[in-house]
Amino acid sequence: MARIGVFVCHCGENISSTVDCAKVAEIASNYPGVVYSIDYKYMCSDPGQNLIKEAIQKHKLTGVVVAACSPRMHEPTFRKATAEAGLNPYLCEMANLREHCSWVHYREDTTTEKAAELVRVLVEKVKHNEELYPIKVPITKTALVIGGGIGGIQAALDIANSGHKVIMVEKNPSIGGKMAQLSETFPTLDCSQCILTPRMVEVAQHPNITLYTYAEIESVDGFIGNFKVTIRQKAKSVDHKACTGCGLCIEKCPIKKIPDEFNAGLGNRAAIYVPFPQAVPNKPVIDRNNCTYFLKGKCGLCKKVCPADAIHYEQEDELIKVDVGAIVAATGFDIKHSDFFPEYGYGKYPDVIDGLQFERLASASGPTLGVLKRPSDGKEPESIVFIACAGSRDPAKGIPYCSKICCMYTAKHAMLFKHKNHHGKATVFYMDIRAGGKMYDEFVRRAIEEDDVNYIRGRVSRIYEKNGKLIVCGVDTLLNSRPVEIEADMVVLATAAIANSDSEELAQKLHISYDPYHFFSEAHPKLRPVETNTAGIMLAGACQAPKDIPDTVSQASGTAAKVVALFSQDELTREPLIAYVNNNTCVGCFLCQSVCPYLAIEKEEIRRRDGTLVKTVAKINPGLCQGCGTCVALCRSKSIDIHGYTNRQIYAEVSALFNRREYAGV
Amino acid sequence: MTKIGYFPGCSLNGTAKEYDLSLKAIARFADVELVELNDWNCCGATAAHSLNSTLAVALPARNLAIAERMGFDEILVPCAACYSRLAQALYEIKSDEKYRTKIPQLIEMEIKGTANPITVLDFINKYVLDKIKDKLTNKLNAKFACYYGCLLTRPEHLSTIERREDPLVMEQIVKLAGGIAIDWAFKVECCGAGLSVVRTDIVGKLCAKIVDDASSRGADAIVVACPMCHSNLDMRRSEINKNLSTDNKIPAIYITQLLGLALGIEPNKLGFDKHFVPADNFIQKLQKQTVEV
Amino acid sequence: METKSKIEPLAQPLKEKILNEINEQVMKCYQCGKCAAGCPLSGEMDYTPNQILRLLQIGEPTCDDEVLRSYGIWLCLTCDTCHSRCPQEVDFPHIMDFLRSEAIKRKKVHPKAKEIIAFHRSFLESIEKTGRLSEVGLIASYKLKTFNLLQDVDLAPKMFAKGKLEIFPHRIKGRQAIARIFEKAMKEAHND
Repeated sequence: MARIGVFVCHCGENISSTVDCAKVAEIASNYPGVVYSIDYKYMCSDPGQNLIKEAIQKHKLTGVVVAACSPRMHEPTFRKATAEAGLNPYLCEMANLREHCSWVHYREDTTTEKAAELVRVLVEKVKHNEELYPIKVPITKTALVIGGGIGGIQAALDIANSGHKVIMVEKNPSIGGKMAQLSETFPTLDCSQCILTPRMVEVAQHPNITLYTYAEIESVDGFIGNFKVTIRQKAKSVDHKACTGCGLCIEKCPIKKIPDEFNAGLGNRAAIYVPFPQAVPNKPVIDRNNCTYFLKGKCGLCKKVCPADAIHYEQEDELIKVDVGAIVAATGFDIKHSDFFPEYGYGKYPDVIDGLQFERLASASGPTLGVLKRPSDGKEPESIVFIACAGSRDPAKGIPYCSKICCMYTAKHAMLFKHKNHHGKATVFYMDIRAGGKMYDEFVRRAIEEDDVNYIRGRVSRIYEKNGKLIVCGVDTLLNSRPVEIEADMVVLATAAIANSDSEELAQKLHISYDPYHFFSEAHPKLRPVETNTAGIMLAGACQAPKDIPDTVSQASGTAAKVVALFSQDELTREPLIAYVNNNTCVGCFLCQSVCPYLAIEKEEIRRRDGTLVKTVAKINPGLCQGCGTCVALCRSKSIDIHGYTNRQIYAEVSALFNRREYAGV
Repeated sequence: MTKIGYFPGCSLNGTAKEYDLSLKAIARFADVELVELNDWNCCGATAAHSLNSTLAVALPARNLAIAERMGFDEILVPCAACYSRLAQALYEIKSDEKYRTKIPQLIEMEIKGTANPITVLDFINKYVLDKIKDKLTNKLNAKFACYYGCLLTRPEHLSTIERREDPLVMEQIVKLAGGIAIDWAFKVECCGAGLSVVRTDIVGKLCAKIVDDASSRGADAIVVACPMCHSNLDMRRSEINKNLSTDNKIPAIYITQLLGLALGIEPNKLGFDKHFVPADNFIQKLQKQTVEV
Repeated sequence: METKSKIEPLAQPLKEKILNEINEQVMKCYQCGKCAAGCPLSGEMDYTPNQILRLLQIGEPTCDDEVLRSYGIWLCLTCDTCHSRCPQEVDFPHIMDFLRSEAIKRKKVHPKAKEIIAFHRSFLESIEKTGRLSEVGLIASYKLKTFNLLQDVDLAPKMFAKGKLEIFPHRIKGRQAIARIFEKAMKEAHND
C-alpha cells in the first residue's frame, strides 16, 4: 500500500501570493494514499528539508511529492534529502506550482484548485515510481575548443597545462581572433599583438594541444564525457609539413587586390596568403574563391615557384573524427559595418569607418603602418568624430542591448589619435559612458582631462559630405539640447557587436540554446555563466555576449576549470531516466533504431542455451540514450518504456485529471 | 488607354498649375487618362491634423470614398502633402476600429479602403517610363539635384521609397531621361512646408541650405515632386537669397516638367512661364527639339 | 472607511492621457537627443523634442503646463525626421498633434503661436465654406485675424500675373456634406 507524503512550499511569496498553500496541503491530505501533508514557507531551506526527512522516517513514506518550483531548480535538492532519509531518491517527484500555476495566474479560487490538481497528478504518478540507480559512464579526457581567439587560446592553455589533451579548431587560416587585429588595448594602452602572440605560439607548440586551422565543425554527436565530433579540414592547397613559409608564392601571386579581411577591408592581400606577419601557423593557404587556377584552371605560378613543392591544388577537404569529453565554444563575435546606417550614408562615405577599421589604421602592422590616414585619399585627419552606440541600444535597428566594449575602445581611439596628432580635434558623441571596470573610468577621464578629447552628450542624427569634409549633425543635450555641426575629416562609428553570422548553425550542431540575437545562452545568468544547458559544453568569450579581453580571459579560465573538474573523475554518473526494452514483447522491427536521434539503439540476439537464435531485439545503449522518448512513441508492440516516465506513470497522471470528481457527474 | 483616378489637390488648381499641366502632358504621351475625382475636396493639410484629428481623417476619407464609388483602385495624388494625408487616412481606417465605424458616419458614405493613393514617382515608374522611353527625343544635357523633401520618404509606413535616407528613384528617372543626377546632401531635408506664410523667415533659412547645397555641387536645376516644396523653393526665393546673401537663380522644376522637356514638349506647354525663378537659362542649355502635343 | 485613510490621488499626468488616447509611450525616450539633432527647427524652439518628452516624463502638473504653453509644439513641421531616426521609435509628430489640440482645448496656447493657429483656422474655414482651399480667401482671412496686412503683398500681384491666384474660389457641390463633416468633427473634439 502506498504511503505518500505531500510537501507544499510557499516559495516565500512566489507561490503563496496567488495560491492558498495551506488549502492545497489540506486537499492533498484527502487524496488516496496520502498519509502526510504539510505546507511550509521555504521547503528548500534546511528546516524544510528536515521536514521531509523526518516525515519519511516517521510515517514510513514510500513516495514523496514536493509541490514547489520547477524541478530544474530544486529536484536535485529534494531527491538528495529523500536519499538521506533512506528512501530511493527517484521516489521523490516535484509538482511545479510556481512556473505552472502561481506565476501565471491571478489569486483566485481556481488558482488554488489548479495547484491542488497538479499535486494530485504527481501523487498518482509517484505511486508507480520505481527505485532507480544512476548510470556510470567513462569520460574521454580530451577537450575540444572551437575558436582560436583569446578566449579559446586561454581555455586551451589552461586545460592543456592541467595535463589534458586539447583539440583546437579555428576557421580562419590563423589563430589570434579579433585581439590580433587590435592596435593597443585599454586601459593600459599596451600593444595587443605583443601580449597575444606569445600565447599563440604557446598554443602551437604545446604538447597537449592539437591545432586545426582553416577548419570547421561538421557535426557533433554524443553527450558529456563522450562526444563524437567531425571536423572539416578545409583544403589549404598547401602542404604545411613541406612548406617552409618562405613567402615566395605570395610574392609571385598575380591576384593581389583581394580586400584583406585581417585589415577590415582597408588593405589588399593575394589569393595565396598568410593573414598577418605573426600568424600561427605562419604558412599560407589558397583562397580558392579568388585564385585564377581554381577559377579558370590556368596560372599555377605559386606551384612553379615553390622551392619545397608544397602547393597541392588537388588537395580536398578532409573529415576528421575525434572523440572528446568536453567542448568549449569560443567563437567570438562580429561587428556591424558602416553600411548598416542609412542616416550615416549607407556606407557610401569611405571615411566613415567602423572601430575595427580604426584599429587597423592605428596598428603598426596595419595597411598604413600605424600612420592614421583616411581611406578616401590617404590624408592624415585633423578632426575625427567618434560616435558611440552606433547601432547598439537601438531597438529601432533591432539591437536593444549595450555592446559593452565601445565606451572603452572609443576613449582609447580618441586617445590614440590625440597621441599621434597632438593638435588634432577629437570629438566623441555619447549617450552614457559605461566604464565599469578596474581602472576604466580613470582611463576615460584621462582621455578627457589629459588628452583634451571633447565629449558631447548626444546622438548624431546624420552625416553628410561637403567639400571633402564630413559634416556631423549632432546635439549637445548638456547645453539645452543645442544642435551642433562638426566638420570632420574622418568619422569612427563604434558599431554594435553582434553574433557571428554562422552562430545559429553552430548552436544547432552543438544542441545548445541561443538568445534572440544569436549569442549562445549560458545555463544560468548568474550562477552558471560559463556552462550551457547541454552538459559538457561550455562557453568562453564574446560568443555568449559582447565582452572585453579581461572578461573573456576570466571566463575562459573559468570554463577551463569546469572542464578540468569534469576530467578529474574517471567516470560520470548519469541520471537513469533512459529507455529500456521489454525483450519478451519486442518483435525486432527496429523502427526505433531508424528514428533514434542519438543512435542509441543496437541489435541484440536472444539465443537458447544451446545457442540457437530465438530472435533479434532492440537494445538501448545506456551511454548514448538521452531519454527523449521518440522510440517509445513509435514502438508498435509497446515494448519500450522510459525509466521515471513509464507509460504506466503517464497514464496514471492523465487519468488522475480525467477522474476528477467534478467531471464524473457530467 | 489606361484610366486611373486623379486627385489634383488645391495646389495644382492654383500655385502649382504647371505641375498639373506637365503631368497631364506626359500622361498623354504615356496613354494614360487621368480621371479627376468627382467633386473632390481639400485633404485638410497640416491645418486639420494640427487642430482636429478626426477632421484630418474624415476630409481625405471622403475623397477615398468618391474614388471607390467611381471604381478606381488607384488614385494618383501628385501633391506629396495630399498623398500623405490620403494615405494616412486610409491607414487609419484600415488599422483603427474606431475610425472604421466613425468615418462612414461623418462622410455619409461607405468606405471599404479599396482605393489606394499613389505618388507621382510610383505613377511614373508604373505607367509612364515604359511607354515613353522610345519617345525621349531631347537629351537633357544638364545636372539635376533630385529633391524629395519629407512626405515622399516619411513616415516609413506611408512611404513606398527604398533607401529613405538617400533615395535614388528620382535619380533613376532623371538618368533615363538623359539627365545627370548629382549626389547631394539635402534631398530629404525639410523645406519648411506649412510655415510658408506665417514664418516665412524659417522657410527662407531651411530652403537656403537646400538651394545652396544643390547649386554649390553644380546642379543646373532642383527637381521636385511636391508643390509645397516647389512653392517654397521658387516663390520664396527672395527670402532664401536674403539668407544666402547672393542672387541664387537655380530653378526648381517638377519631375513631370523634366520628363516633358525630355519628350520635346514646348516649355510653355509645361508651364515654365509660371515660375518665379525662370528656368530659361537652363532650358537654353538643352538641345531644342520641340514637338507639338 | 478605507478611502479616507488614503491620500488624495494626483491629477492625471499628460503622459497617461497620451498613452491612453493615442497609444504613444513617452517613457520610452532615453534622452539621446537624436531628434533634436535632426529636427530642422530645434534651433528655433523654446523646448526641443527631447526636452518636451522629458517634461512629459516628469509628469508634474507644472511640467505638463510648460509643455502645453511652449512655442515649440507649434513650430513642428511634422516632417517626421525625428520619428524616422528615433532609436526608441517614439512617434513624436503624433504626440505633437495631440499636444496642439490639448493646448487649444485647455486654452494654454503660447502667445506667439496665435498666428500659426490663425493660419490653420483660416485654412480650415476656407475648406469649410467651399470644400477646397481658396488661396485668396485664406490670405484675406488670415490677415484679418492677425492684422499682418502687409505680409506678402509683393507676392500676390506676381502670382496673379502668372495665373496662380484664383480670385473667385471654386465651390464644390458637396459643400453641405463638408460642412456636416466639420460640424460633427468639431462636436466630437469638444466632447472629448
